[in-house]
Parts: sequence; C-alpha cells; structure tokens
Amino acid sequence: MRTGWFWIAAAAVGLALVLLTRLYFTNEYFFFAAYVVLQYVVLSTAWNILGGYTGYINFGTGAFFAIGAYSSVVLHKLPALLKTFDVAIPAIPLPVMIVVGGVVSGIVGLGTGYLTLRLRGVFFAIATLALAVVVQTLIVNWDFVGGSRGIYVIRPAQAPLGGSYIQYLYTLMMALSVISVAIARWIERSRLGLGFAAIRDDELAAEAGGVPTLRLKLIATTLSGALMGMAGAPLPYYVTYLDPASSFNLAYAVNSVAMPVIGGMTSWVGPIIGAVLLGTIQQLATVTISSALNLLIVGLLLIGFVMIAPNGIVGLVQARRRRRALPVGAPQREPQRAA
Amino acid sequence: MSAAPLLAVSGLGKRFGGFVALDSIDLTIATGERVGLIGPNGSGKSTLVNCLCGTLKNETGSVTFDGRPLDGLIAHERTRLGLARSFQLPKPFHSLNLIDNIRVPLLYTVNARHGAHLGDAQVQARCRELLQEVALADKARRLPRDLTQVEMRKLELARAVATEPRLLFADEAMAGLSPSEVEEIIAVLIRLNQQGITIVLIEHIMRAVMSFSNRLVVLVAGQKIADGLPQEVVRNPEVERAYLGE
Repeated sequence: MRTGWFWIAAAAVGLALVLLTRLYFTNEYFFFAAYVVLQYVVLSTAWNILGGYTGYINFGTGAFFAIGAYSSVVLHKLPALLKTFDVAIPAIPLPVMIVVGGVVSGIVGLGTGYLTLRLRGVFFAIATLALAVVVQTLIVNWDFVGGSRGIYVIRPAQAPLGGSYIQYLYTLMMALSVISVAIARWIERSRLGLGFAAIRDDELAAEAGGVPTLRLKLIATTLSGALMGMAGAPLPYYVTYLDPASSFNLAYAVNSVAMPVIGGMTSWVGPIIGAVLLGTIQQLATVTISSALNLLIVGLLLIGFVMIAPNGIVGLVQARRRRRALPVGAPQREPQRAA
Repeated sequence: MSAAPLLAVSGLGKRFGGFVALDSIDLTIATGERVGLIGPNGSGKSTLVNCLCGTLKNETGSVTFDGRPLDGLIAHERTRLGLARSFQLPKPFHSLNLIDNIRVPLLYTVNARHGAHLGDAQVQARCRELLQEVALADKARRLPRDLTQVEMRKLELARAVATEPRLLFADEAMAGLSPSEVEEIIAVLIRLNQQGITIVLIEHIMRAVMSFSNRLVVLVAGQKIADGLPQEVVRNPEVERAYLGE
C-alpha cells in the first residue's frame, strides 16, 4: 500500500473506532482505560523508532513523557502568570499543548542524542536512564510546576467535539496513535528506514556505504522523543493531579520497552500488538485483581517472550508464514522495501 | 604514472596510546593502478586503510584524493567522494536481504551525489546488475546468513562497488578462502579494475598479491619499507628479512 493511502486508511480506522466506541460505550470508565492503552500505542511506537529501527535501547521514556506533561502544565498556568503582568491571553487549547510538548521533547531528544550517541549498546541505555533521573530532579525542584508536592490541573468546563472531557482526551489520543503509527510505517518503507536498519546491523559498514549515521540517529532520537512528549502532553488533564512520582513512573519506561519486544520490533505492527495486548491485560488486572500486579505481569511476559520468542509476536507469525511458503530449511524471504 | 595522483598520502601517522601504529607514511596511487599492500600481522595495513577511509583519525600527515584534501571528512563523506572499502571481516547488514544490502550504498551514496538520481526501478535494476556481476543474483532475496564464506566476500565487494568508487580498498578480501575461490575473487577484482576502478589490495596470500598487483607496497611495524614493481620488491633484502627473518 502506498504511504498516502495508508495515512487515509489509518485515519479512517481511527475515526471509525472513535465513532463506534462513543456510540456503543456509555460507561465513562471504558474511555479512561482505552486512553491508557492508546497512550501506550503512541509510546511504544515512538520507542520503537529508536529502539527497534536503529537498535538504540532507550530507558528514558519517562523523561520525554513527563517533559510533554510538564510543558502542558506550564502552558496551562501561562495565562494566569501573564495576567500578573497585565497581559491577557485566552486559555491555550490542548492540541496546541500537544504540539508544544512534542517540540520541547523533540529538542530534548536531539540534545540527548547529540551528547550520548557516541555511546553504544548498554552504555547508551544507561545514559538514557540517567537522563530520566536528571529531568525528574529538575521538575521536583521547580516550584512553578508544583515541585515535589505536585499540582492540580482543572479541566475546562466544556469539552470540545461534544461528549465528556475524557471522551475528548480519548479522541485526541486516538489521533496521536494514528499519526505515530503512520509515521513509523512511512519510515519503515523509506530511504530513512533502510538507513536505520543499516545502522542497527553495523554502523561501520553503514558509514562505508555512505550512510550519515550521526544525522540519522539524531533524526531517530528527535522523532522518538517528540512523539513521547506528545503522548505525555494531555496527561495533566487526564489525571487532574500531576506529581513527579506518577509522571516519571518506572511503568512508562518498562512498558514502552516491553510492548515492542513482545509485539515485535522490526515492524510497525509489533508495538501496536504489544501495546493493545499488554495495555488491555494491565487495565483488566487493575480492575479485577489488583493494581499492584501490573508490572509483575509485564515482567513475566517479557521474560517469557525474550526466552521463547525473541522476535515477538510478529516474528512468530513471520516464521510460521515462511515455514508454510518454503520447504523446511529453506532461507527466509524478507519483506521488500520500497526505495 | 600520470601527473596528478589519484591519492596522495604524506607523513601520515597514527598512535594508539604509546604504540606507534603508523609512522609517517608517504604513498601515492595513480588512476588505474592495481596496488598490493602487504606486511606481516600488526604492521598497520588495516590501520592505514581505516585512516584513509575515515574510520580512524590520523594524528599527523595529510591525505589528498583527486586533488582534494580529505582531512576532517568523516567516513560517509569520503565514500561519497569515491573512496570505497570492503572490510577484513565481512560486515553485511544481516537483517536485510542481498538486494537491500546493495540498495543502502545506492540510495545513500550514488543518489546523494550531485547529478544522476536513480528512480526506484533503476535502483532495483542496478542491484540486480551488481549481484549478477558477482554471481549472486539467484540469492538476491536471501539473507546474508544463508551465504557461504566466498559469497559473503563477494557481497562485501558488490556493496563497495555499488558506491561507484574511483578507488577501492579491498581489505583481505580472500582470507580463509580456498585456492579456487581466491582465483574467483581475483578475477572479479581484475574485471573491476578494467572497468576503471583503481584498486588497493591488502592481502596475506602472496600468490594472490603477485598475480593481481602491478605495484607492491610493503609495511613493516608501521613503516613503509618498500614500494615498487612486485618482482623487485620481493627480492628486496629488507622485505625478505621482515618476512623470513635474518
């Protein structure tokens, strides 16, 4: 399918899902839960652009996510702040906050990439973990956004697009999911994706083939960071009380690694499968068993998949197809890339 | 030898801590030459190639390629100028099939140059053509892990040639191959040379080097000790001493 058509199809699926769920589900809780699942579709897709396509493991998802959330807090408080200087501006709409959150996180991604991309493998992963700690420390000590005691964010009285405010948040997150998945799929089939794959396989050989590895890696960290920030931007309005402990929660980092790994890292489908599967299980477990069980389930599934199916669910399906298409022992055929 | 050399290296030096890997190397290579670069293990052959291709940074000396200084350019920029290499240990892109392995240099080097821009169909055709040249066309959709050692070497060469280089460094393109496979690779290299690519062959197998090169350069302990016609160089007492001892 051509990229243009995929954008249209993805948008249509997103729109249809939003319309159908808003028609059939009257229980508000559905939207609360679905928002989280969609948020993880965005986070794991964003993570996979860097981790799956270029092979750089990022444990700092929490930092990029929280930067998006806290940039929304700043924008939320901006009209009141400016009022003290006798400057009157209207309340900033959430879509604008999402864009700003994406830009800020993207810039942080670019900066982090520039400082850390000389590191490879486990050292890069450690550096991203350090980034999360640094950003959290900054936020904890920044009083304007609530510091360590957190901050209450009052939702606007009226939700745009009709329905409740949570339905509005859910709709926005669906749009973000569609956008991030379409970007990931476009990368996968473009010259950029081929360059990313070359970097993942062998950086020296990629350079020798003319691939500007540093530039491509910076594109990946920026894009990945920006999408994570966009996923975090609506968070203050979702939780209405934002504090560092919850916004930098380890769960974001763990889930955004685990979901692509379980779903499959080489394809845009993998993170969606992982996020929907794990996200839904976690939401069900929270309601039926206990909210503390979430990460245990993720941990067990992660260990299981790393041991049994290191290429994730997508890898399992591909292997099955190959076995059917080719005689035993015959080599596989990779999906073709468009130039 | 033509007036302006294709590659001119002067006073190139490289240290690793206190160890002098390359000590003030001077070297010129003219267009169309087939140069053999030999030397015992650890004499600095691969380090020299790494410095010339931008994988390593030399501390002293300068390199000019086609009259253009290369100092400060990183590896992919040198590749785009027409300086290609194959690796001592093949480094295929293991998750990509052979076509996509070749497509990387086509999209990132050939299409990154000014002038000709290949469309999708042309890229596809060129990939086929390059694989055909090294007799790998029937494995175009396979992954590198399905290749034999000699096929891996050929893929490595095809990927280097895909950048449409003017100068190719073939770093031990024949290590670990059988005599008949060595003949195969030499035939490929000579054909590439006839197509106009200047080639520097780094090699241990003397029979291969002697049958390929029309000039021989010898490195010993980071110093160039001989440079000239192959038959004369191998009779050089200093070279004999380096290889056979006193």
